[in-house]
Amino acid sequence: MAAGSDTVAHRSVRKRFLSADNAAGWTLVSPGAILIVLFGVLPVVMSLKLSFQQSDLLSPKTPWVGTDNYERLFDDPQFVDAIKNTIVYTVLYVPGTMVVGLLVAAALNRSIRFISVYRTAAYVTMAVSTISQGIIFLWLTDRDYGLVNAALGVVGIAPQPFLSSPSQALLVIVAMTIWGWTGFTVIVYLAALQGVPAELHEAAAIDGASAFTRFRTITVPLLGPANLFLLIWLTINALQLFDEVYQTTRGGPLKATTVIVYYLWNRAFVQFDAGYAAAMAYTLFAVIVVITALQFRLARRHVHYS
Amino acid sequence: MTHTAIPAVGTASGDPQPTHTGAAPLLRRVRLPFSPWHLVLIPTSFLLVVPLLWMLITSLQTPGEANKFPPDLVPEHPRWQNYPDAWDAAPFGHFFLNSLTVTTVVLVSNLLVCSLAGYAFARIRFLGRGALFVVLMATLMVPFQVTMIPVFLIVKWFGDNIWEGLGIDHIGALMLPNLATAFGIFFLRQFFQTVPVELEEAARVDGTSRIGVMFKIILPLSMPALSTLAALTVLTSWNDFLWPLIVITSTDTMTVPLGMSYFQGAHTTQWPLLMAANVMSLLPMLLVFMVAQRYFVQSVASTGLKG
Repeated sequence: MAAGSDTVAHRSVRKRFLSADNAAGWTLVSPGAILIVLFGVLPVVMSLKLSFQQSDLLSPKTPWVGTDNYERLFDDPQFVDAIKNTIVYTVLYVPGTMVVGLLVAAALNRSIRFISVYRTAAYVTMAVSTISQGIIFLWLTDRDYGLVNAALGVVGIAPQPFLSSPSQALLVIVAMTIWGWTGFTVIVYLAALQGVPAELHEAAAIDGASAFTRFRTITVPLLGPANLFLLIWLTINALQLFDEVYQTTRGGPLKATTVIVYYLWNRAFVQFDAGYAAAMAYTLFAVIVVITALQFRLARRHVHYS
Repeated sequence: MTHTAIPAVGTASGDPQPTHTGAAPLLRRVRLPFSPWHLVLIPTSFLLVVPLLWMLITSLQTPGEANKFPPDLVPEHPRWQNYPDAWDAAPFGHFFLNSLTVTTVVLVSNLLVCSLAGYAFARIRFLGRGALFVVLMATLMVPFQVTMIPVFLIVKWFGDNIWEGLGIDHIGALMLPNLATAFGIFFLRQFFQTVPVELEEAARVDGTSRIGVMFKIILPLSMPALSTLAALTVLTSWNDFLWPLIVITSTDTMTVPLGMSYFQGAHTTQWPLLMAANVMSLLPMLLVFMVAQRYFVQSVASTGLKG
């Protein structure tokens, strides 16, 4: 705290600026602040500037092109396709992961023997890298030798091309990423379920409510905050899908799995069209902000906090 | 403990049974020596883990066995040789060493820098504190795709003008942008605010400096938070793919995920070899996860509940 007992105005102001607290505070904060400003704040500004230029990342010549990059986006059929693919992916992946996560968490929400083993089995997908997931699923869904086709064969279904089919590839990636994110989702739901007071269930059960009714009227509403969190987190995640696409299909077959970030990365680092890619990135950013804001709005009307 | 939804079959755990459920009288007399939920959880856990199990099984197959359809579920003679073969087929030694180096440096840097900043934000009233905090936290809203191109240019500048080791295609480039995260600062600040002020005040009255208070009092009390941040930082850093993909092109400088991706591209149909490599690349993080599981669970759970 500043020792502001000086009566001379400018001396006390100067003392305030150089007070021990200010010095200590800024000294401790500087390393972190400098790093984050350098790699977090400055790039945001640079990216905006870059989106109004034409750049190939390597040469220092970056002519100003105004809003050309943004206008180009709307006329670009590849970009439109990328948006379509991303939307399809998001609409399947987000609810899919939440449903699977909730069901598994509900099953895990009890204290029987070995429950910690079952829980660890559910959580463990969190530790698997996106690349490892991609390699495993490439093998599982192999048309000729994959385990999935072997299992389908047992019930009499013909082997499917999966990742080599333009119509099936995106669905396989949905399944793969649902598997990858189950661990995370289960943790969130399990914590939320464990927060539902047992007395509520007991009282309702004594009154004769069935397990399903109890789930619907007590548990589900109290899952509101968890649902909102997962909805937002998983949606932002879905809109940024990249690693798994790169590893399994490189955006194919026939660009069927080219999602926004894959197209963006390709434009920036393979085709060296950095200004255009920056415009795309900013558009994605705006979309993420809008969707998140909408989800919050939706939540305020429906989510109850106890 | 919630009540099971299958009161028709008796449980041995002694839960108070809800009254009459309307199930057939015949079913109600069946008593299993264990909870019926095991019958649900065992197949569920198995299904969730089966991709990893199949990866393990394939890693011990011969190429002939892998190319059998339908596949044999258990290899007759496990081919452990796949593992040394995979190790020799690509510079895995380099991949692991690079990942280890980068992750260690990023971890230590984060713990140190974010502690200092987090403490300052939590306990010291300095001019501009509020505004600076808002600016730093705002960066959390920005997706990596927006900043990755300029960060590439910034890192390139560092490599060209300050030290080559920090530039494109060098390990330093993998570390530099990740030495501190706004999340780390936010997370530790939250925690430090819960440490009782009286402890610090007592120490300061005794003449300890701010930094002394931080190291002697706050940090020892913050082990759970520091462990949690450590676990998350290690996992994120090790499994990072997009940034290494952008900056690194030489195989000797690759980290494990990038190296695995490259390896898969070079040996596309040699599945047993690929799976052996995959198992090796997964082991470190699986180990970390097992050891630090409760920290991961805690951090995800608390973030999810507070929203």
